[in-house]
Amino acid sequence: MLRELWESLTDALQGLGAVVHFLFRLVANSPRALMRFDLISQQIFNSGALSLVIIMLSGLFVGMVLGLQGYELLERFGSEEALGTAAAIGLVKELGPVVTALLFAGRAGTALASELGLMRATDQISAMEMMAVDPILRVVVPRFLGGVIAMPLLAAIFSVIGIYGAQLVGVQIMGVDSGSFWSQMRASVGHADINEGIVKSLVFGVACSLIAVFQGYYATPTAEGVGRATTRTVVTSAVVILFLDYLLTAAFL
Amino acid sequence: MQKSRTLNLGTGTFVLLGFAALFFLTTQTTSRGLSFLSPPHYDVTAKFDNIGDLKVGSPVSMSGVEIGRVVKIDFDESEYKAVVLLRLNARYNMIPVDSDASIYTQGLLGGKFIGLTAGGADTYLKDKDQIDFTQSAFVLENLIGQVLANFTKAKSDSSTPAATDAKPADPKATDKPKATEKVK
Repeated sequence: MLRELWESLTDALQGLGAVVHFLFRLVANSPRALMRFDLISQQIFNSGALSLVIIMLSGLFVGMVLGLQGYELLERFGSEEALGTAAAIGLVKELGPVVTALLFAGRAGTALASELGLMRATDQISAMEMMAVDPILRVVVPRFLGGVIAMPLLAAIFSVIGIYGAQLVGVQIMGVDSGSFWSQMRASVGHADINEGIVKSLVFGVACSLIAVFQGYYATPTAEGVGRATTRTVVTSAVVILFLDYLLTAAFL
Repeated sequence: MQKSRTLNLGTGTFVLLGFAALFFLTTQTTSRGLSFLSPPHYDVTAKFDNIGDLKVGSPVSMSGVEIGRVVKIDFDESEYKAVVLLRLNARYNMIPVDSDASIYTQGLLGGKFIGLTAGGADTYLKDKDQIDFTQSAFVLENLIGQVLANFTKAKSDSSTPAATDAKPADPKATDKPKATEKVK
């Protein structure tokens, strides 16, 4: 029993070490990969532009729910005007980065992992190595960088759409004064809040993309292995995002 | 070729949207806007006995119009007073030197701001001037303390003078049913 426990512990540590090692390899290859910006821009399209619809729709509904719940709660204290502040702070600091990262892991992370896993399973990666093309440089790093660049932009779009969603419910339906909605928001949202959101979404972008490409690149080259890699991508990403979110929030307070 | 065109178009649209969103967040949801484009200004100081929870960035207003912001708060150890540095927009350069600065509260429990009331002098405030007439923040705890002190005094006194002391409590008693009616 003790021996099994010890083995699973060393396995986990070994996996963590492999991820860190992989991250260093990606970072070391990044400057050279930036030379081929067309590859990266294609990946920004794949993980960013193709995620736009789901991000915008989710942002709208999250913002609308926030408007509804926030209004209901703030009305009890007679301060509905603070709805703009509540919605903006909640979206920019927490919901924007976190929900975007979760959706990003589900939409773009799984696509990355299964794509790389299938490349591995169909020996495309070995073929590249045979032709002396570095698969890390040619295939993995552009995908990683594309995800890292796309994530903060997606989170910002999510927050803005969410604020408009909250405004739609709060001002148009519930009748909060439009002027106080915006002016209270402007008066109490600071640059530190925006910076916190940007840093968070950047960190989540690195984490999500790293997990996705790692799971895909080292997937067992079978149909089952690719499926497991995609599942692991979503599960690991979700846990890591929420854990990092707590760490970052504590660090910023 | 056609495919790469639509691809570039999609990427371009996405990146543009993303940066537009970032720009919106930094300029529209915060008060500072583009801080490097700050308008010409001049600084004046004011000393207060108590500034309550006035913060750096709190607005300075005159007749309810925002004319500047608090940029620095310091403590003067020789006078035991708070020294507040106000940055006023240079457009408003005709504020008399004997104007008076008081700290008010936005709403019932809102943040503090500084309200200036114009004096009657012919000379106007310049950069690095000091506002001499100030009025401290209204601190809720002090007021509650005073009310409580009054109550205990009224109780410890005999019942006849209590009638005069009970007066301030009376409007509250009549206010209460009003407030509940409003909620309904």
